[in-house]
Amino acid sequence: MDYGIYQDKLTRIVTDIARSHSLWILAYGTGCGAIEVPATMTSRYDAERLGVRGAATPRQADVLMITGYLTVKTLKRVIRVYEQMQDPKYIIGFGSCAINGGMYWDSYNTIKQLDLYLPVDVYISGCMPRPEAVLEGFAKLQEQIRAGEARGATKYKENLDYYRGNQKKIIKNWDFPDYNW
Amino acid sequence: MEGILLHILGAIATFLLAFFVGMTYGGIRRKVIARVQNRYGPPIYQNFIDAFKLFSKTTAVHHGAMHLLGPAFLIVSAVMALMVVPVLRDNLWFTNLNFHGDLIFLIYIMVFGPLGMALGAGQTGNPNSAIGVTRGLSQMVGFEIPWVMALVAIMIKYNTTSIVDLMNIQNEVGQWLIFQNPFAFIAAILASLGMFRYAPFNIVGAPTELASGPASENGGKFLFTMMSAGSVFAFVKLTLFVDIFLGGASNLIVLVIKTFLLYMIPVLYGVVNPRYRTEQAVTYFWGWPLLFGFLAIIYSVYF
Ligand code: SF4
Repeated sequence: MDYGIYQDKLTRIVTDIARSHSLWILAYGTGCGAIEVPATMTSRYDAERLGVRGAATPRQADVLMITGYLTVKTLKRVIRVYEQMQDPKYIIGFGSCAINGGMYWDSYNTIKQLDLYLPVDVYISGCMPRPEAVLEGFAKLQEQIRAGEARGATKYKENLDYYRGNQKKIIKNWDFPDYNW
Repeated sequence: MEGILLHILGAIATFLLAFFVGMTYGGIRRKVIARVQNRYGPPIYQNFIDAFKLFSKTTAVHHGAMHLLGPAFLIVSAVMALMVVPVLRDNLWFTNLNFHGDLIFLIYIMVFGPLGMALGAGQTGNPNSAIGVTRGLSQMVGFEIPWVMALVAIMIKYNTTSIVDLMNIQNEVGQWLIFQNPFAFIAAILASLGMFRYAPFNIVGAPTELASGPASENGGKFLFTMMSAGSVFAFVKLTLFVDIFLGGASNLIVLVIKTFLLYMIPVLYGVVNPRYRTEQAVTYFWGWPLLFGFLAIIYSVYF
């Protein structure tokens, strides 16, 4: 009998539980939503009890939080930051601006739909979402990780051409090095 | 042959103990900080989860050989220091590699890891790492002086450089060194605030200021190695303090109680303090700790 499959499965379950309970976030503070992150982390809502904790650099982070509208100029930096993160990595899109443009939908230099440029695992709706909603978003992400469904990073690698195409369409002065993971 | 086997098994047991205790203390520290900030805080075993997660992450960063070796230097020096410090008194399992002069060896080996890490951090080319390294070395210049003075005071007084001898002397006299030479203890414990690098002396890895300094290019397994090295090293320092100043420990429960009480000093000092600037940290160590270092030496020479 082949025990390898069970072993793999067990390893995956254990690692997924560990990953879901230790989310180090890199809060990319764009837009107005960034102001809700300190409230989520500090004494009133205390996200650390769920294992959510701030990471200092992209290299150490698991979750990239994009907290609102993204200008084209910032998008470039966010892509760079995302590609520097180590697998497995997840993205949380925060507020209606990241979902569909929100009140900036006809702005001349912000992007409307974050999903076209980076693979978002969880969206938190609201303008701006309250800390309760943010915690709910984290819980959702934890559920997804445990179920093995938070596959944003894999999706990004598999459809790199699609994402790159979208990114290049909007970023005019494209001078990135090639993605190497 | 059997002796060697026992030594090897003892070394492994010591390492596992150090890892477990160090990690748990780190978790308790996070809980204490959370409670002081009026939060509920993460569970005490959170550090284990974090370590496991870090270990299960992929690592695609590569900046050259020295960068890969940096965290390895850290853990090697932590384990080397662990092997020299006797964990328990008169115990077959945890004797490890004591020899005469191990106190002097320890003074050297305790800075070896951070220096290796400094080389590794230098090769990543991250400016934050370079700033962190310079800050770390300046801070080391600060706290090493009172630390060495405290140890020298003890060495002069008892005419020995062996930790086991010191433990035996304390037991023969029936009085801990913390009472025999309180100035040395105060100087050493103040220096240990800098050694632990908790607030207000966390100027090296200041997360909001330097993006965690030398660690900024290290994620995943690198960070796991650094975290384990830090835990083991914390255990080494605490055990060393217990051995030198508190008469060692005869069993694990006593050891845990003593180390925990000692550990709470830098932790509680840290939670109520913001971060110093580099020059403030260095001048701090050249103030009162240095004075107590001098007093300790004078006390051991003349009394
Ligand atoms: S969703 Fe609302 S609160 Fe958030 S960035 Fe957009 S406008 Fe600001």
